Order: sequence, then structure tokens, then C-alpha cells
Amino acid sequence: MPTQRFEPSSIKNKIKREEVSRKSKKAKGQLKLQRRLELAKLEADDPKAKKKRLAENVPRTLDNTREFDPSILTADPSASTSATPAQDPSSSAPPSQQPSAESAADISSDPFASYFTSTSDPSLPQKVLITTSPKATRVTYEFCDELVGVFPGAEFYKRPKGRGFEMGNIASWAAGRGYTNLIVVNENTKKPNAITMVHLPSGPTAYFKLTSIELTKKIFNHARATAHNPELVLNNFVTRLGHTVGRMFQTFFPPLPEFQGRQVVTLHNQRDFLFFRRHRYAFRSTEKVALQEIGPRFTLKLRSLKKGLPAVKNFGEAPKPLEFDTFEDADEDLKIGEDHDSEPQAPEEAVEEAQPTSKGPPPKADEYEWQWKPELETTRRTFFL
Amino acid sequence: MQSDDVIWSAIGQQFCSYKVKTVTQNFCRNEYNVTGLCNRQSCPLANSRYATVREKEGVLYLYVKTIERAHSPAHMWERIKLSNNYTKALEQIDKELIHWPNFTIHKCKQRVTKITQYLIKMRRTKLREQPKLVGIKKKLDRREAVRERKALSAAHLERAIEKELLERLKSKAYGDAPLNVNESVWQAILDKEKAKDRAQDMEDGLELEAEETDEEDEEELEEEGEWDDREFVSDISGDEDDLSDLEDAVDGASGSDDDESSGDDQPTTKTSLGKRKPGFSQRKPKRGPRIEVEYEHETETVSTKARAVAGW
Repeated sequence: MPTQRFEPSSIKNKIKREEVSRKSKKAKGQLKLQRRLELAKLEADDPKAKKKRLAENVPRTLDNTREFDPSILTADPSASTSATPAQDPSSSAPPSQQPSAESAADISSDPFASYFTSTSDPSLPQKVLITTSPKATRVTYEFCDELVGVFPGAEFYKRPKGRGFEMGNIASWAAGRGYTNLIVVNENTKKPNAITMVHLPSGPTAYFKLTSIELTKKIFNHARATAHNPELVLNNFVTRLGHTVGRMFQTFFPPLPEFQGRQVVTLHNQRDFLFFRRHRYAFRSTEKVALQEIGPRFTLKLRSLKKGLPAVKNFGEAPKPLEFDTFEDADEDLKIGEDHDSEPQAPEEAVEEAQPTSKGPPPKADEYEWQWKPELETTRRTFFL
Repeated sequence: MQSDDVIWSAIGQQFCSYKVKTVTQNFCRNEYNVTGLCNRQSCPLANSRYATVREKEGVLYLYVKTIERAHSPAHMWERIKLSNNYTKALEQIDKELIHWPNFTIHKCKQRVTKITQYLIKMRRTKLREQPKLVGIKKKLDRREAVRERKALSAAHLERAIEKELLERLKSKAYGDAPLNVNESVWQAILDKEKAKDRAQDMEDGLELEAEETDEEDEEELEEEGEWDDREFVSDISGDEDDLSDLEDAVDGASGSDDDESSGDDQPTTKTSLGKRKPGFSQRKPKRGPRIEVEYEHETETVSTKARAVAGW
């Protein structure tokens, strides 16, 4: 390569220009090849050098430059692989990545604790109720069929129309019937676009955006599912919120997998996108695992996490009757005034709430634990799960 | 000067900005039109005697045109509030529009009916929990789709899953007799681990030899005890007979000089189905009592599992 700077673009003749440019490009490539061959030769003799180079040349990615979040439970935010809670007999994370004692205590007292501490037969499937938004169409039903296949104890119910079948009412009804989880697939413009997952009987409720659905039959060379309880792989859930989501997902499956089925369900968190996959595996050697996808695959993204069951707003409720203030407490002066300014009067037919037979009615208002907003993502390196 | 005929001849036959032309019929867009049609009778501009009913924030009003105030359009319409009660409202119209043409009275009443009905319907739907409509943010969706694609390629899903599964296998999360592993693979893993252990033992042994030799023996014994735990567990059907025998023979040859290794090798290859029970105890009489205890304990679980193994 010539030492002086020479631009082939300054040549007027097109043919010549192309020729020169091609040559210089080729020379450049050759030089690079030479360099790499030399390096390879050097490292073939000295494997330590290669190891050192690989250790030093770590590319910067969004994942390893992630902004520090105080709610990350592991000591080291960079080491964030496979920090699954170890209650599941199948999941075994190294002890160094387990959360500290305080947060572990916090986690073990969350709403899912009963699942992990229950003494019932661990191979019994959890009862999962799957339904859709009202007036769903074929695509959503097909997706629900696949979901029924994924969760061992799942049942599908067609969503009835009308009053009394709000999500909160359904949830409390299902809780009364001994269901442990509820999934509602939402549909928009004839495509499933969101999933609401409710842990019964008392929440929480997680709302996910649902994208890139691939049904089993669309997956090339897919395996057939068997009825065995699958194993679970929950990868990369590091923050407190992430652990909540991961643990919630765990409660959809029986605690003890049936290993002879060799099925593994994965929920892999990468940059807040939760990739759902299901595979059949076979250990080929000590270093190699053969995977065959069973399907379906889809991607979730957490939009909100609510405490408790989904709210059912009762707009037609009669306002509280007027009370006479006894002026015992000065703070209660405002009470009567507040009673007046309620919603416009309900028409003659009073709302008859279809009171489900359940442990309690659903709440009247939502209480958000976490809600996604676009402005929360100040940088591309901010992740919440 | 108000002249209805002149006005109608202009806007009826020629142009009216309120007129909406369709193939079959012309409609009127004027808010005061009582029927919504474009014709001579119901035109609010070309009639000096005109009345209509309109709804404002849920309240019904009767609007009556007083043509004497035509010079100030802001005050041209006289507004009368109608009762909330439907029948009373109709009576009110009768009373206010006494001596008016039947057409106007009738149309006003029809309009009251219609408006009352839609108000009721509006209030009822308001009480019901409706799905919340959210706007589609195209730019956001596009951005998230791109990020999802990039996250997917950064995830190396299959690699991550494989790694996790291997980790589980090696850390014995599947138990000591995994049902989901090929015999040879499981054997290889055990061998590898054994080799690692032995290397560690060698180091320990060297250190210990310098200090005390007695304790070392004890440790060795304990080690064997640990391996005893593993031995029954390592799954596997009876087909392995020859192989294990062969290995035993090899062990027997090498056992004289290297006691520890034989202790290690033997049990891991053992099959542990019920029918092999006597052969087992024969082969290792020196460790009788310990084996028996463990054996009783383990065979039951394994034999039940072994039946399931046959399935896949």
C-alpha cells in the first residue's frame, strides 16, 4: 500500500478509478488477513495469549453497560446470568448470585410464597384459567389453544359477553373455584396483542405487551409436546421487579418437573423483553446439548404490575347516604361536602352486580406497583427486570 | 325584512351552506333543523315561525324562533327549559306551541322522544366498564420492534438454555439418577467429576501425608462412603451387565495397588434394579452393612423411576 495519501476518487477516468479502488481494497483485505493469520499462528503456540486477548477484548454491549439500578438483587450487576430463585428443584443458580439475606426474606414473603412453601404434592399441576378479551377471533383462540398445551393444568374458557364478566369478577370467581392463576389474552384488530396474568387468589396482576407470536405449526422442524411437567429456565431476572415476574411465572407450573419428558420452558429476559420458548433437549455429551423447539414462541414486555386482582369499577353505585356531623372531630368537617359531589345520578335500573361466589369481591380501584412509561427509559441502557 | 319565499327560492333551489346532497335526498346540517331534512317545511332559515328541541349537557330545551328579532341573530331564539319528566316535557311543548302548525308540534315531540332515548342509553353505557381505548403510537411501536429484534439476537437463546441445562446436570440438580440423561453421558460426567475429585484428593493427600497418615485412611473410607451413596442411584438398566463386570475385572487388577480408585470406579457403573440385588452384595462383601442400608433405601425410588425411563 502506498504511503502517501491517495484518493482513487480523484481519478477522472471511470474505468481506471474503479480498477485502482478495487486494487486498494483488495490490498487492504490482504493486509488484514495477514495480520490475523499471524495472530492465529502466534496463539496456536501460546494458548495463554489467546485467553488473555479474549479476556481483554470484551465488546461493550447494552447488557454489560447497563445503568446501575439499586433494586438489582445480586451483588454484582454485571454478572446477571441465571439468577433464578433456587426454590425450584430444577433451577440451580450459583450461590454468589443469590440475593442478600434481607432481600431474600423480602422475596420469600411475597404473594407467591404459598406456592413455594406448600406441602401438597409438588408434581400436581397448578390450575390455570385461560380466557380472552370479549369478542375474540380465531387467531386468539388458536393462540390460547397453544397456551393450554404449555401450562400443564390449564383450562380454556370462552369469555362471555356482558356485565358481570369483567376481568376482576372472573378473577375472583376463579379464585373461589380453586384456580391458582388466570391468563387473559387481549385482542386488538384481530391479533392478540397483550396478556394479563393474574396470580390468584389475591394478585398481583401483571400486564404484558405480546409480540412476535409463532405458533407451533409455523415453527420448522418442531417437536411434539408431551404431557410431562416441563422444566423451567428463567434467565436474567435480576432486579426485585424481575424476581417478582420470574416467580410469578414459576407459579404457573407445577413445582416438580417430570424429567423424563425432557421438556424445558424458557423465559429469557434480555433488555426487558421476555422471550418465551419451549424445547425438548437431549444431552449429547458433557459439553453439548441438542435442542429441538416445541413451540409456541412469543415475546412479552412488562407494561404494568398491579397489586391485587384487576379492579372492577362500579360506576352505578349509589352515593353514600348523608350523615349528620356531630362535630366531635374538627377534621371531619369536609365530609358532608364530599358526599354531595358524586357522579351523575344513575338511571332507574340500578346496577346489579353479578356477585360471584368467591373469597371476596374484586377491588374498586387499581393500585399500581409499577407502570411502564416511555419517559422512564431515559437511556437505552436502562432496564427494569 | 324577512321574506321566507325569497330565502327558500335562493337556498332551496340554488346554494345553501348547510345543505348536504346525496343521491336520494338532501339533508340539512343546521343545528336548529328539527328533522334534519332539507325541505321547505323544516328549513330553519326559510321559516319565520319555527321551533325545535335541542339537548345541552343532558338537559332538553325548546327553542322557539321570534322573527321580530331577526335583525340580531344572537337573540333570535327563545330558549325554554323542558322538564326532566318525559310526559311533562310533552305537555310543556303543547302549552308553549299552542296554535302552532301540527307539523312543528309533532316534530318537536318526536325529537324529545329521540333525545330522551339516547340520553338513557348514554347513561347506561357510561355505567358499564368499557374497555379503555389507547392510541397507537407508531413510532414507539417501531422503536420497540427494533429493540426486540436486537435483544433477541443478543440473547443467544439456545446457547443460554444449553448452558443452563448443562449447569443443572453438572450440579446434580437432576438428582443422582437423572432420568433425562443418556447413560454414557452421565457416566462421562461422573468420570470427569471423579477425576477432578481425585486430583484434589491427591493434593490433599500429599499435604496430609506430611502430617498424619492415619487420618488420611479415615478420609478415604469416608470418601468411599460418599461414593456408596452415589452408586445405587446411578440409574441404568440391567443391560450394562457385561460392561460393569468388565470394569470390575479391570478394577480388580488395578485394585491391589490403587485401592481408592477401585472404590470410586465400581459403584458408579452399578445398575441398581431390584433383580441385581444379590449380585451386588456378593461382589462387595467387605462393605456389607453400609451397602445394605443404602440399598434398601434407594432401590425403591429408582425402580419406580426406571419404569418411566423405559418410556423414552
